[in-house]
Amino acid sequence: MAAKQEIKLEIQDLTKIFGRRRKEAQKLLENHHSKDEILEKTGCTVGVNKASLKIMKGEVFVVMGLSGSGKSTLLRCLNRLIEPTSGKIILDGIDITNVELEKLRQIRRTEMSMVFQHFGLLPHRTVASNVSFGLEIQGVKENECRKKALDVIGTVGLDGYEDMMTGELSGGMQQRVGLARALATDPEILLMDEAFSALDPLIRRNMQDELIDLQEKVHKTIVFITHDLDEALKLGDRIAIMKDGLIVQIGTPEDILTNPANDYVKAFVEDVDSSKVITASAIMFKHPERIMDPKDGVGLAIRVMKKNGINCLPVTDSNNNFEGYVHIDTVVKHKKEGGHTLEGIIDPEVPKCLPDTPIADLLPLVISSDLPIAVVNSKGKLEGIVSKPSVISEITGEDVELQEKTVEEE
Amino acid sequence: MYKLPVGKFFESIIDWLTQNLGPFFDIINSILTGIISTFETVLLFIPPLILIALMVVLAWRIAGKGVAIFSIIGLLLIHSMGFWEETMITLALVVTSGLLALIIGIPVGIWASRKDAVENVVRPILDFMQTMPAFVYLIPAVLFFQLGKVPGAVATVIFAMPPAVRLTNLGIRQVQKEVVEAARAFGSTSQQLLFKVQLPLATPTILAGVNQTIMLALSMVVIAAMIGAGGLGGEILKGITQLKIGLGFESGISVVILAIFLDRITQAMGEKSQNKK
Ligand SMILES: Nc1ncnc2c1ncn2[C@@H]1O[C@H](COP(=O)(O)OP(=O)(O)OP(=O)(O)O)[C@@H](O)[C@H]1O
Ligand SMILES: [Mg+2]
Repeated sequence: MAAKQEIKLEIQDLTKIFGRRRKEAQKLLENHHSKDEILEKTGCTVGVNKASLKIMKGEVFVVMGLSGSGKSTLLRCLNRLIEPTSGKIILDGIDITNVELEKLRQIRRTEMSMVFQHFGLLPHRTVASNVSFGLEIQGVKENECRKKALDVIGTVGLDGYEDMMTGELSGGMQQRVGLARALATDPEILLMDEAFSALDPLIRRNMQDELIDLQEKVHKTIVFITHDLDEALKLGDRIAIMKDGLIVQIGTPEDILTNPANDYVKAFVEDVDSSKVITASAIMFKHPERIMDPKDGVGLAIRVMKKNGINCLPVTDSNNNFEGYVHIDTVVKHKKEGGHTLEGIIDPEVPKCLPDTPIADLLPLVISSDLPIAVVNSKGKLEGIVSKPSVISEITGEDVELQEKTVEEE
Repeated sequence: MYKLPVGKFFESIIDWLTQNLGPFFDIINSILTGIISTFETVLLFIPPLILIALMVVLAWRIAGKGVAIFSIIGLLLIHSMGFWEETMITLALVVTSGLLALIIGIPVGIWASRKDAVENVVRPILDFMQTMPAFVYLIPAVLFFQLGKVPGAVATVIFAMPPAVRLTNLGIRQVQKEVVEAARAFGSTSQQLLFKVQLPLATPTILAGVNQTIMLALSMVVIAAMIGAGGLGGEILKGITQLKIGLGFESGISVVILAIFLDRITQAMGEKSQNKK
């Protein structure tokens, strides 16, 4: 974070209550009734409950919480897409809670722009005219709009796509358009509501990296909403955690991980960080189908592979030192050429990892090779084998369900 | 049993209106007469064969070859059966009242889409209007405007308006919430939101409403022959009352051809705007 800290955006005791009987609901809230009680008694939903935050210039401030915890509501109060019930919003030291519509529009046009979870693009317009939408609204001339649009389209890596319709693009590319649109008006603040949540895991990670790179260049103040701790840890200079409309903890990623303020945060930290915490040893097969010895016969190796429907086997010496894999085609060829044992045809160039490698780091190995990963400890002994599907399903979480479902169907 | 004076109640409302708003109705009467007769004059001034050619070109450009071929055959058939003049009178009335229904209905739909309170008032009125049998509209129209084309047009405007209001409202409300939020987040005024985002995205739905309105207008204009609106409806009425089966049949076919022509063209406009999206 910057040495000289300047508060860019601040909220004080911000409360948003949805529903008709807001006054009553607010009284109950003052008396520390819970969100559920208030809903039951008045029919009002507490969106945000007395939230106070100071967001520094140039920082990436992440707001995290489960679904319904009030993240989107909080974010929309910042540019008053949702009018707060009470509390203050202060931008650059100026209270904007009650500024009139014309001034508010000016702030939205020049000071802050927004990126949406489902992109919020205009399907009847091209990429370029989507990107220049904010400028067009301000009455900027058409050729200037176009020039600026092409400029930011380059920044987000979409050169050449400017005249396509947005519906023809993939999700990741559509969100780049969303990001470009937000950058086109040169705002100081970017409000991003689960901007990457609708993307596939890999694309999502790419976009996170690119946002980090971009931020190095543009130094915006970014308020980023997510329900994903990994994303929060990766992007956030500071993180606020929300529950039922309340902000339960604000701190740096380290603070949150090492000193969770309460059980809610602790549970969050435990559950979500799985791919960084879970290691190869937790998901490996400790007893692969068969481990071969270099002195084993080729016939045996072929039979084992055929029986199990696999095309390679790990080989260790009698002390369990890992030697490599034998592949079905080399074994067959070797047999034809009159070889008897596996010696001489063992392939040592196979994907390997340590037992305590986090599974997040196995992903590159899985992508670059079709072979299973050998888990080999620091003494060179084979501890187990990790298959490709188990890594992917562990990381995405969704694939596990998918696989189980298809199995049930069969 | 006690008879509720519902009929009396409406009678007295209408009495009051005719007595107090007489001049107002006179103005409407002369405006409508002007518009209808302008359309009629133009449509009847152009020689039938040239007008048929123009209509066929229009059908081709908007709806494609199939509809164009149908139009050639259909319109020539009408002409050769000797119903061209009646068909044009009917068309003039449909166009006048259809356009008026849209000019009133679409803005009301926009208004309803922006204010829940308006929607809550408008919706039951539309429901009521749509469940009323068509010829009930003829009664107040006759009381205010006597007999002829004007009361026919007035009844038609009212009868044909509901789908324009309904589908405009629906189309705008269906625009994705995030897209609307995005427009607002970038500082759109409510007019910019309407014209740059909501209306373009709602166009296919609104055009579906236009199609329905035009079709309702045609059906009502035929019924309006009962109060002297003339045109094809008048011929059908003659066919029924004088038991002239041939006449009724021929004019009926003419109505069907005109209906298909109008339907295909307005439908194709909707489809075109959908593809552009
Ligand atoms: N327009 C609204 N009217 C009534 N209640 C609302 C409205 N918008 C949000 N809420 C309620 O306010 C609470 C907070 O909603 P919000 O959308 O801010 O949650 P969130 O943290 O963004 O959740 P998610 O992760 O699902 O997006 C929820 O209980 C929600 O039901
Ligand atoms: Mg949300």
